[in-house]
Amino acid sequence: MNKKLEMLTTEKKDEHPYQEDLSKLSAADKKRMIHAGIDLDSGDKSGTFLMKDQSIVHCNIAQDSVELLSMEDASRKYDNLDDYWWKLVAPDKDQYTKKVKENDGQGYFIRAKEGQKSIFPVQTCLYLEHSGTVQTVHNVIIAEAGSEVDIITGCTSKEKSNQTSAHLGVSEIYVKKGAKVTYSMIHNWDEDVKVRPRTGVRIEEGGQFISNYISMKAVKDVQMNPAAHHVGKDASSSFNSILVAPQGAHLDIGAQVFLEAENTSTEIVSKALTTGGEIISRGLISGQGLKARGHLECQGLVLSDKGRIYTVPELDGRLSDIDLSHEAAVGKVAQDEIEYLMARGLTEDQAISLIVKGFLSAEIKGLPEILEKEIDDNVKKIEKDAF
Amino acid sequence: MLKINNLTVEIENQKILKNINIDIKTGEIVALFGPNGSGKTTLLMALMGYDKYDITEGKIFFKGKDITNLSIDERVKMGIGMMFQRPPVVKGVTVNDLINLAGDVETDYSQLSNQLNADAFLNRYLNDGFSGGEIKRSELLQLISLQPDLLLLDEPESGVDVENVELIGRTINDLLHENLIIEKNGLTQKQRHEKRKRSGFIITHTGHILEYVNADRAIVFIDGHIVCKGNPGEVLNMIKENGFEECKKCDQRV
Ligand SMILES: Nc1ncnc2c1ncn2[C@@H]1O[C@H](COP(=O)(O)OP(=O)(O)O)[C@@H](O)[C@H]1O
Ligand SMILES: [Mg+2]
Repeated sequence: MNKKLEMLTTEKKDEHPYQEDLSKLSAADKKRMIHAGIDLDSGDKSGTFLMKDQSIVHCNIAQDSVELLSMEDASRKYDNLDDYWWKLVAPDKDQYTKKVKENDGQGYFIRAKEGQKSIFPVQTCLYLEHSGTVQTVHNVIIAEAGSEVDIITGCTSKEKSNQTSAHLGVSEIYVKKGAKVTYSMIHNWDEDVKVRPRTGVRIEEGGQFISNYISMKAVKDVQMNPAAHHVGKDASSSFNSILVAPQGAHLDIGAQVFLEAENTSTEIVSKALTTGGEIISRGLISGQGLKARGHLECQGLVLSDKGRIYTVPELDGRLSDIDLSHEAAVGKVAQDEIEYLMARGLTEDQAISLIVKGFLSAEIKGLPEILEKEIDDNVKKIEKDAF
Repeated sequence: MLKINNLTVEIENQKILKNINIDIKTGEIVALFGPNGSGKTTLLMALMGYDKYDITEGKIFFKGKDITNLSIDERVKMGIGMMFQRPPVVKGVTVNDLINLAGDVETDYSQLSNQLNADAFLNRYLNDGFSGGEIKRSELLQLISLQPDLLLLDEPESGVDVENVELIGRTINDLLHENLIIEKNGLTQKQRHEKRKRSGFIITHTGHILEYVNADRAIVFIDGHIVCKGNPGEVLNMIKENGFEECKKCDQRV
């Protein structure tokens, strides 16, 4: 960072006006949001939360099965929020969580109601508008017993400037008994943004947590390593990441999964592709419960000699009756695959695009449509960067 | 249709094929025999234009045009299609993706896919965990989608059970006679043969495929050389009786 974190200012909460009608957002804002995976047409039907710098610009939902509130409104409404507040992420974990704590109180609160399944994904968008500032966000997601909810979080910033900005986000996610949460995050930052999400997940008996993370743009540097605690029997999780690092980008992305209860399971799969940037792909699975199962996988594609992919797999087996595994492969696009597709009439460029696209989306189950579209849109750009 | 002129092919500076001459006319089907490692696959890969197979001498002509330096896809667009012996796995790309890209978008492949028992793997990634029979049927489906004029078939029956050999053999035969598929029942074998336009070059180790596809001629390779040419049935019998070694001494020697 060319400026120390302490020196970055935080914008005021009333800097940007509340916008009741999403269609009245500026064209530029809309465009950025769409690229961050936010579907403006479905807008309030789904539920949309928009935070620009420190201001809540929009927060509305028409689905009865889920509550979507700003954190301020949530703390006015519920007096037991302390049970969920800073319980999965420690405020003194690092300088970034400390900064969020200093500025605490702004972010979203999502609560999926007991036994209710939401039809539409709840969308949240965190938008960093003013360069040279730091955006701090603190979110809480609660999926009550037996509920099901999809959440799409798009994080984005304004066009490139010369000043470094930072986005610091603390998210605490509670998946209660038998609940299912699909949490998809698209990062669409610019080259001068430094990003530090800090996420904790707690999964109770029979709960399922699915995380899909995509970062395909030229972000300056992202570092995150969410921790998921499987505290109840049969709790499961999967963490899928699709990471593309253009020149200048530094992505340090991982997941730490603690299989603390009986028969819990997880799968961590990351697809890393560099056209010149650096990707560190981490994964830690700790097997502490009887019959815990975990698989860690990283597939890397290096399309430029300037790029680097570094994988750090860690398995921690603490019982005999567990099953943990990992596999990793890093290399370039295989010549025999390119030639095979050319032997079906594709040009070399077409063959490479198809392989790259396949590489990024293969084996990631249940990828939301909007993320698939994001991948398609980016494949062309990847080739341009790489060749 | 295909003229191979004095072709020498090297892999990593090692000479694999030496001064090969072969001519395949329009509508002709040629079988290629030879022991493992004799260079059969190498020849087809060189004809396809694979990078690793260096042509250090000689030329390849297809439909009268020198294609020695064309890229793989340019050769395919001119009408060469290959069925690979061991195609690579391509993760994230399904059989369906590829036939729709390779083939004509207007064509509906569902009936063909059904006929080839391909429905079950259409949406799987290319060759990923495919059985021997599935690989061949997927290769054949892709080949048909290309509608090639020259079929290069690398051991279409290897690793395949009897039932699949029959299905594959009959489909290849239909493809070679495709302009006749509809009227074939009313025509004799000889009439079908005369009308045939597509050419085929079939590598076979066992000769089983020839029970379904009538080859006009056979060539035998040993050590990157053509050692024998002749009638497919006779050559096959000779190989079966005496092995390839005897083939070397064969009087129809080139
Ligand atoms: N990729 C390769 N690298 C090095 N040598 C090869 C390669 N492919 C084939 N060869 C060699 O070329 C020779 C011919 O192989 P091939 O054409 O596959 O034979 P066939 O198809 O007749 O069994 C063999 O000696 C084989 O070891
Ligand atoms: Mg072979």
